[in-house]
Amino acid sequence: MVTGVGEPHRAQVLVDIEKAQVGHRRRSRLIFVGVWIAILAGLVAAFTSTGNTDLEWIAEWAPFILGGSGITILVCVLSIVLAVVLAIFGALGRISQNPVAYAISSFYVSLVRGTPLLVQIYIIYFAFPAISPVLILDAIPAGIIALGFNYGAYMTEIFRAGIQAVPRGQQEAAQALGMPQRLVFRRVVLPQAIRVVTPAIGNEFIVMIKDSALVSIIGVQELLWRAETSGRPAFNILEAFIVAALVYWALTIIFSFFQGRLEKRMARGDR
Amino acid sequence: MTEPRLPDLGARPASGTSGYESGTKLPSHIGEVIVRVEGLEKYFADNHVLRGVDLEIRQREAVMIIGRSGSGKTTLLRCINFLEEPTVGSVEIDGLCLVADPLRARSRQHQEQIRQMRLRAGMLFQEFNLFPHMTVVGNCIEAPMRVLRQSRSHATTRAEYFLEVVGLADKRDEYPARLSGGQKQRVAIARALCMEPKVLLFDEPTSALDPELIGEVLRVMEDLAHSGTTMVVVTHEMHFAQEAADRVVFMEDGVIIEQGPPEQVLNDPRHEETTHFLRRFLDR
Repeated sequence: MVTGVGEPHRAQVLVDIEKAQVGHRRRSRLIFVGVWIAILAGLVAAFTSTGNTDLEWIAEWAPFILGGSGITILVCVLSIVLAVVLAIFGALGRISQNPVAYAISSFYVSLVRGTPLLVQIYIIYFAFPAISPVLILDAIPAGIIALGFNYGAYMTEIFRAGIQAVPRGQQEAAQALGMPQRLVFRRVVLPQAIRVVTPAIGNEFIVMIKDSALVSIIGVQELLWRAETSGRPAFNILEAFIVAALVYWALTIIFSFFQGRLEKRMARGDR
Repeated sequence: MTEPRLPDLGARPASGTSGYESGTKLPSHIGEVIVRVEGLEKYFADNHVLRGVDLEIRQREAVMIIGRSGSGKTTLLRCINFLEEPTVGSVEIDGLCLVADPLRARSRQHQEQIRQMRLRAGMLFQEFNLFPHMTVVGNCIEAPMRVLRQSRSHATTRAEYFLEVVGLADKRDEYPARLSGGQKQRVAIARALCMEPKVLLFDEPTSALDPELIGEVLRVMEDLAHSGTTMVVVTHEMHFAQEAADRVVFMEDGVIIEQGPPEQVLNDPRHEETTHFLRRFLDR
């Protein structure tokens, strides 16, 4: 570095650069927020300008629709738990050297990935009771089973990758301590695999919040069902769906925030 | 495939399976044979890594296996507790003999026998392989509690004792991520000791360590050797072998070329291969 006469000048330049960078960042953020607000305002203006948008109706019914988010979240939480359990067994089957386990797991994944979720929901709710009355389910359990079953298949691959991401030496160390295979998996491999896949599960959960709208068609009284039901009598369909969309959007933003923090924490790790 | 170059064991008076010349008196602290490896061979696909190894380890004996990388020394160690299933041969530890059976390796019965075998042989790895989701003491009590069915308090007391032995009693509640490499390996030693194995197998325990951390691990191992722990160590630490070994085994191309007391094998080797290896090693 040059010292002497040039030095105060150089320091001033560095300060100016820093100032310019901070200013640039701040401007970018302002522009970002401004664009979002402008688009939103434009959309709101477009809808209200039609004269068909009934703001009073929205004020009256929005809380009712919003109330459906409780059922939406409940369904999603229970479904993701079911999906995780299925995915663990699915993943075990996929990496198993037992041909029967491998075949069952592959069949499950292939069947679920090869058919639309909507069809699966219909079959579980409407077609299963035809096989036996024992299989008659209420709408909520049927919806949870359908979603869990579906996501379990997709998450099987996530868990397979998670299990295979645990270093081989971990298994060897556990085996060398005389632990039987089942214990090695349950106590050493699985806890580490779950740590690896937790951010991915969070991601699946956010996707599921939106897919859960499909269970409204079998009468689960969640967000979309409430929007449809409240909007239909006086033809406030447009307002109802806009409210529903905004609530879904808000839910995903909230859970994305938590998921982002979770991901950061996992990335920091405690290895 | 080329015909394996089998050693002519009969022509090597100093390297019978016991490693001691017949008629010589064993050092007084050394006891009965506790590990017996016979005719061990291992192929990886068509790569003949072990070409017939016979080895006996006696109680309270510290045996160091040296040789260049690729000579089969790590494979030999991993075959002793069947982390690799040998292709041919047998291993006996403390009266339990297991014959290699690669065709039935996955059968439940064979797996259970392997597990019994591993209870007799503790293993230390180059990469430590501590369980990152458990604390230091959690690492040490996991297998004693769930495999040996010890109570938590009993297992914990013993774990604390062995952590004291390796000098890490104060780290009992830390997670492995907060330990240095040397500390991790010492915890791994304590974890293995908690299972009270008949023999400890060390697979290059200091090769993954920063130079300044090697000493603390070697000191612990030397203490163990001097206090009568039966151990087999694959190592590149010649000075350590000189100090702590009762017997040094030199391997090359999947066979034992020469073995005997450290001062003989390291200072006055009888075989050209050993001389070559040691000269190249010391030149580095």
